[in-house]
Amino acid sequence: MYDLSVITEAIHSFLTGLVPTWLAVTLECVMIGVGLLLAYSLLALFYIYYERKLCAAIQCRLGPNRVGPWGLLQSFADMFKILIKELISLNHTDKFLFALAPYLVILASMLAFAVLPWGNGLQVIDFNIGIFFLLAVSSIGVLGILLAGWSSNNKFTLIGALRSGAQMVSYELSISLSVITMVCFAGSMSVGDIVAEQADCWFIFKAHVPAIIAFVIYMIAGTAETNRGPFDLPEAESELTAGYHTEYSGIHFGFFYLAEYLNLFIVSGVAALLFFGGWMPFHIPGWDAFNHVMDYIPSVLWFIGKAIALSGIIIWFKWTFPRLRIDQVLAMEWKYLMPIGLFNLALMTCCIVFGWHF
Amino acid sequence: MATLQETIAKICPTATVAEVDGAPMITVDDAHWHELAKALRDNGDLAMDYLVTIAGFDHVDTMGCVYYLMSTAHNTNLAVTVNATGDREKPFIHSVADLWAVAGLYEREVYDFYGIIFIGNPDMRRLFLSIDWEGYPLRKDYDCSPEANPVPADNERQSDFTTTWVENPDGTVEAKQVEVFSPQDFVVNIGPQHPATHGVLRFRTAVDGETIKKIDVYMGYIHRGIEKLCEQQGYPQTLHYLDRMDYFSAQNYHHGLCMLYERAAGIEISRRAQVIRVMMDELSRIASHCLFMGTFCMDLGATSMLFYTLRVREQILDIMERTCGARMTFNYDCIGGVMQDLDSNFQHDVKELLKVLPANIKEYKKVFVGNVIARNRMEGVGILSREDAISYGVTGPNGRASGWACDIRKWRPYSIYSELDFEEVIRTEGDAMARFKVRLDEIEQSARILEQLVDNIPEGEHLVKVPKLFKLPAGQWFQLCEGCRGVFGMHLESDGGTKPARLKFATPSMPAAGVVDHLTRGEKIADLITIGGSMDYIVPDMDR
Amino acid sequence: MEVTAQGVPYEAFKDNEYIESLVKELQENGTNVVVGSLDKLINWGRSNSLWPLTFATSCCGIEFVSLGAARYDMARFGWEVARSSPRQADFIMVAGTIVHRMAPVLRRLYDQMAEPKYVIATGACAVSGGPFRNSYHVVKGVDQIIPVDVYLPGCPPRPEAMIYSIMQLSRKVKVERFFGGVNRQQKQADFLREHPVEGVNDAADFNTDGRQAPVSDKQ
Repeated sequence: MYDLSVITEAIHSFLTGLVPTWLAVTLECVMIGVGLLLAYSLLALFYIYYERKLCAAIQCRLGPNRVGPWGLLQSFADMFKILIKELISLNHTDKFLFALAPYLVILASMLAFAVLPWGNGLQVIDFNIGIFFLLAVSSIGVLGILLAGWSSNNKFTLIGALRSGAQMVSYELSISLSVITMVCFAGSMSVGDIVAEQADCWFIFKAHVPAIIAFVIYMIAGTAETNRGPFDLPEAESELTAGYHTEYSGIHFGFFYLAEYLNLFIVSGVAALLFFGGWMPFHIPGWDAFNHVMDYIPSVLWFIGKAIALSGIIIWFKWTFPRLRIDQVLAMEWKYLMPIGLFNLALMTCCIVFGWHF
Repeated sequence: MATLQETIAKICPTATVAEVDGAPMITVDDAHWHELAKALRDNGDLAMDYLVTIAGFDHVDTMGCVYYLMSTAHNTNLAVTVNATGDREKPFIHSVADLWAVAGLYEREVYDFYGIIFIGNPDMRRLFLSIDWEGYPLRKDYDCSPEANPVPADNERQSDFTTTWVENPDGTVEAKQVEVFSPQDFVVNIGPQHPATHGVLRFRTAVDGETIKKIDVYMGYIHRGIEKLCEQQGYPQTLHYLDRMDYFSAQNYHHGLCMLYERAAGIEISRRAQVIRVMMDELSRIASHCLFMGTFCMDLGATSMLFYTLRVREQILDIMERTCGARMTFNYDCIGGVMQDLDSNFQHDVKELLKVLPANIKEYKKVFVGNVIARNRMEGVGILSREDAISYGVTGPNGRASGWACDIRKWRPYSIYSELDFEEVIRTEGDAMARFKVRLDEIEQSARILEQLVDNIPEGEHLVKVPKLFKLPAGQWFQLCEGCRGVFGMHLESDGGTKPARLKFATPSMPAAGVVDHLTRGEKIADLITIGGSMDYIVPDMDR
Repeated sequence: MEVTAQGVPYEAFKDNEYIESLVKELQENGTNVVVGSLDKLINWGRSNSLWPLTFATSCCGIEFVSLGAARYDMARFGWEVARSSPRQADFIMVAGTIVHRMAPVLRRLYDQMAEPKYVIATGACAVSGGPFRNSYHVVKGVDQIIPVDVYLPGCPPRPEAMIYSIMQLSRKVKVERFFGGVNRQQKQADFLREHPVEGVNDAADFNTDGRQAPVSDKQ
């Protein structure tokens, strides 16, 4: 497996040779920031295209195919359009909070990018509470949504925001429980360590039953976290027109739109990290030749490929299931997912203690 | 008939009973009307429990209403003419909103069109026109010029109060203000531009958190004054408006109105035309129910279902297009038969459709009916009891889902329906799921009818000769037919000329929207969408 | 029955005097290379990303649904992102009759939309009142309330016609100029000034981008 940290270290030593260390670090930070931003926007554009094509396939349609080859440039056209669309400023709103909200949402997903294991040695920061940090920053997003709903001074947005608050706070529990279950198994909160643990075999196979239960819970709760169907109540199109972002236009709306897809990527990225080995190639213990072939596929492709495949499942949910009602959403979390999650944590502990795993 | 005479003689000896269009027509004065109405409803031998419609009239010297009543138990019907008291400024009739729940809405419509005030109606506001509208449009002396009521540039005036007229013991009538929403209510406007209202219907919804406290329905955002326009057109020209009322039941409504005209003029149409009309009706029904399922599922958030159901609909539209030349506004049935003969491929196309239908229905069931989320969303939501369905006049698949056998094709068979072998789909649960399933099963029944007819289309003329200048003798007629959404009633008053003196359409969508408030009290906002979607009202159909 | 359908030849598609004259008017004084190419990029984006507002009042709305369905699939052109909130939509397809009661609502929806915004009057009713022109409650053409960019006749227009109309709108968007010069907005500003709504100061909105609202001396 080619370690990409060689490149980053080469850049680091090259820079420190030229300029003082503090400047080198600053330059690196800027480069990483620019790189992340680029990856961020390109991924979002790709995801928009991906969802539109996938949804078209589910609905027996063709999807975008006129703008650019196979419609590939469709989301770029959308981006140019939305960048220069008018930003409407509303009377009787809290202007500061109104403008702040989309940035909070974007910030949450941006920070989460920092700890994702993009590839072998390609991680912005790998520290000992990486997963904990990820859970912490991703819950900033709900603040942005609440602010957006509240500051718009619109009844639909308010209902949407309150729904979102109730839903996201609840489902965060399930996400945390299933993450903790896997952290127990890995024995570390560091993202790098979790990936390294799965070098021989992914956790979903290694920890079998409890891991599969945790995965299912995680996927359901993750769908709810990203406010996507069947949990898209905060923006329930047929109920609240556009939910919490009803009053946003132009690029402010664009931020919400992008953040939705980025959150989708993050949720599936974390699922890939916890259950499918992050950037780790698919290895079958004992099949050395096969494992070698797998190693030739770059680690970045492994990670992004896994994330995209998992997002495909979440998109598939959205275009298949009808929406839940708010009381059903909450009942599902508190009555089913959380108790099962707790039980699963106990089961996983047993597995670890008694060594019932591979 | 004897019971009827007795009942009337007991209450109001001055009332007269005549035979109009094959049914008794009682003429009664306003003072005895409420008492008589109560007797008509409660007398077990009469049991007139279903109010089909209230048609206002303006004969310049008198104004009043014709009430069409039906008995669900005895399958009888009668009409009551009530003349208003008071002058043209303020004509009065006593309200029967306490006897038939749907009457409240119908009386508001009459008030809107004729300015007849109903004493005792709890909510006497205009229904279709705005609060500041000048004049009553269906009166014969109404000034239609655009100057009288210009296009408003400003937002409509909004009032949280309504008026109710009460009769004092000394016989005088006075208006009282009643509060609709209190200042404490959190009122959310759902509509008129809202993805789930299926057009431009507006619900002012008072909510407590996610729970609905009260809904005030505002109609008229697509009120085009079709009934007034019909009075200005010749009989054949009135037909095309029906394409644009309930655009899914275009064929069925056309069929009904053509039957009415043909009956009034004494025209006998050929059997071929009858078979064609029935086949077109049933094709429309399948297409309409398909679209219902799609949009309903989309309201619930399952967008993909829409695309699956539209596939079948497109296939039906192709069949229609080959014969009628249009995808939506067909204008196909006309007085004396149908406009054109069938396309040569018609039989083949219908057979192709019948071949793919079962697989599609199976798919819909698999995708949606068996889906656990869909079942949770639909089962037990918006339960409408049989009594309420009749009282609110909710007909069609909605009524049948509540256990009310209200299919006119079986109840009062017209055209060739009595010879056909099909079942009336009835369920008893009365919830949104039942309304969905009834429609799903009705598709199968319509397919059965098509199967019986497709190889048995008799040869013959598709159109019999009718005079170029079509005239009807003076008189009154009433016709019922089964649209895709329920009972469609037509009341025709002719003065012997080439234009109808009064043409009133009683559409199934209006009661369906009127019952939403009753069904949603105490439910969640999401249930409003479910219930509204399952009632399947078409807004241009209710606004006309 | 064999149906042979012929596509619209490209020349015929371009045969639109109105747009030709618009192009001529806009390009009268030439343009800066940088600004011009930026304009081109922006217009490419705008014209290829037209998001409709979910708006329908009657029959035409159903044909609009058919337009989104698999057979006609407007997603091919990127028009399927129908927004329910007017703030996020680019054009409004006025599908169906507009009556007196609806007129202020439609105007408000239009005012709520963010620039650049376009209007397609879909169907006979929206174009002129159609079969209901003589009614007491029908607006005789939506151009009395909002400025219309494309008129689409038909009752209701077929989905193919709708595709054609949005393509024409897309062409119209393409020839606009975003930076400097006269563009469509000026005409729109004139329209809004002539059709004032209480409480909305349209003139003020248009003054912000550097143009003086001409003082109306017609009064």
